[in-house]
Amino acid sequence: MTVEAPIRVEDKLFQNRYLVDVGNAHIKVKPHTKPSAELLALIKVCPAHCYELNTNGQVEVTPDGCVECGTCRVIAEGNGDIEWNYPRGGYGVLFKFG
Amino acid sequence: MIEERFDAIVVGAGMAGNAAALTMAKRGMKVLQIERGEYPGSKNVQGAILYADMLEKLVPNFREDAPLERHLVEQRFWMMDERSHTGLHYRSDDFNEEKPNRYTIIRAQFDKWFSGQAQEAGAIVLCETTVKELVKDAYGKVIGVITDREGGEVHADVVVLAEGVNGLLGTKAELRDRPAPDNVALAVKEMHFLPRETIEARFNLKGDEGVVIEAAGTISRGMTGMGFVYANKESVSVGIGCLVADFQKTGETPYDLLERFKKHPSIAPLIEGSEVKEYAGHLIPEGGYKAIPQLYGDGWVVVGDAAQLNNALHREGSNLAMTSGRIAGEAIFQVKSRKDPMTKENLALYKKMLDDSFVIKDLKKYKDMPDLLHIQSQNFFLTYPQLINKALQNFVRVDGTPKVDKEKVTIKSFVSARSWTGLFGDAFRFARAWR
Repeated sequence: MTVEAPIRVEDKLFQNRYLVDVGNAHIKVKPHTKPSAELLALIKVCPAHCYELNTNGQVEVTPDGCVECGTCRVIAEGNGDIEWNYPRGGYGVLFKFG
Repeated sequence: MIEERFDAIVVGAGMAGNAAALTMAKRGMKVLQIERGEYPGSKNVQGAILYADMLEKLVPNFREDAPLERHLVEQRFWMMDERSHTGLHYRSDDFNEEKPNRYTIIRAQFDKWFSGQAQEAGAIVLCETTVKELVKDAYGKVIGVITDREGGEVHADVVVLAEGVNGLLGTKAELRDRPAPDNVALAVKEMHFLPRETIEARFNLKGDEGVVIEAAGTISRGMTGMGFVYANKESVSVGIGCLVADFQKTGETPYDLLERFKKHPSIAPLIEGSEVKEYAGHLIPEGGYKAIPQLYGDGWVVVGDAAQLNNALHREGSNLAMTSGRIAGEAIFQVKSRKDPMTKENLALYKKMLDDSFVIKDLKKYKDMPDLLHIQSQNFFLTYPQLINKALQNFVRVDGTPKVDKEKVTIKSFVSARSWTGLFGDAFRFARAWR
């Protein structure tokens, strides 16, 4: 049986153009000790893999590669797990083709 | 920022926003359009197919200079299992007409052009500007917006919310709810570049002829979703999307799904050797008629994806966006011409005109389809595609088995998977939702 190497979404995101607003993350995860089911879901559902589990078992977000789809907002904003805003004008992902 | 007052502010420069801005500017209204991207289109993602008729109503001679990729002469629907596909193809030379009916487009390029049309008509387009909040007066009427520019408050008689499926403004201002996970699909897409001769050879095309493939089946692993392959001039758009609620439930990752779709033996040869230049993700409104929010109020209307206007079954989103934007612009102009205020009562005209158009009529027709496909997703996206592909293989494979025995095997496979009651029930429910 062949085992396929896991897909690295980072390689995909590398194709994209971004203007990162350093120090102004447009998505924030509310401080928590134990992540909710919704937060945990984001680790897999986010198409840019912006969510990861840190060594303390908390969910962290690094929205540098965010494609601004809003999936995490749909899942986890309602219960207050995350705070979602659009990046400042001109910042964020810049699609050449879209 | 801008001191003057506008007749209308349009938030967003996608299909709906550009249509609204163009419609109003053409009629001499003072329009300000605000776009958060670097240029109109830089935040917009679509498959993408453009339907000529809806654009013709806005820009009759668009074929002269709009950036179009290929006009479609062929449509393929594929029902897939792991190694096969059963296809329904429609190809006609009638589509090689003087004024073609459908085109593939690249949104970032198309939207830039479309916005140019609105600007030529007199609309002022302000890019790299994010609208943060709606401004309301003491009576709750929307009277303008606050942007992230310095002193960025600007006023108008009416605000057209063309902010897309993930519209924050409308939710923040409590005009509508955030989309629910079972009312939106997440689609991911890649742009695969190939020489145009290669694309033409692989897809059986000549010149600017184009083809699109819509695919459903085990590729979505039991989730409600579809894949697509669209031929552009020198690129192929490849993507797949499933309901967010299903992703959440299954823990599938969208890029893993896309990789599997690309590796499917029916898809891989079409994109082999290509250079990938972009990866995008976007939400698609899938809730249909039942998910349409309140469409107008005191000083505001909502259009396009933000209003959940998408016919998922016919894959018509951008033309519903374009049409709703145009109708909103026309309704606003009528209210203004009568010198009436932009109250909820007067803006109800937009809803009335939209109800009379194909937009709401089509969505109403399929109002039960989203629920059916979602609840039955395992059957429609896993069981049936497998059964059908197996049945077809059994039918075409010649191995000395008498045909009567082959038929028995196929019928038995359907009945043991779904039972007679299940089969008739599914057919009945599908027919009823279609009606």
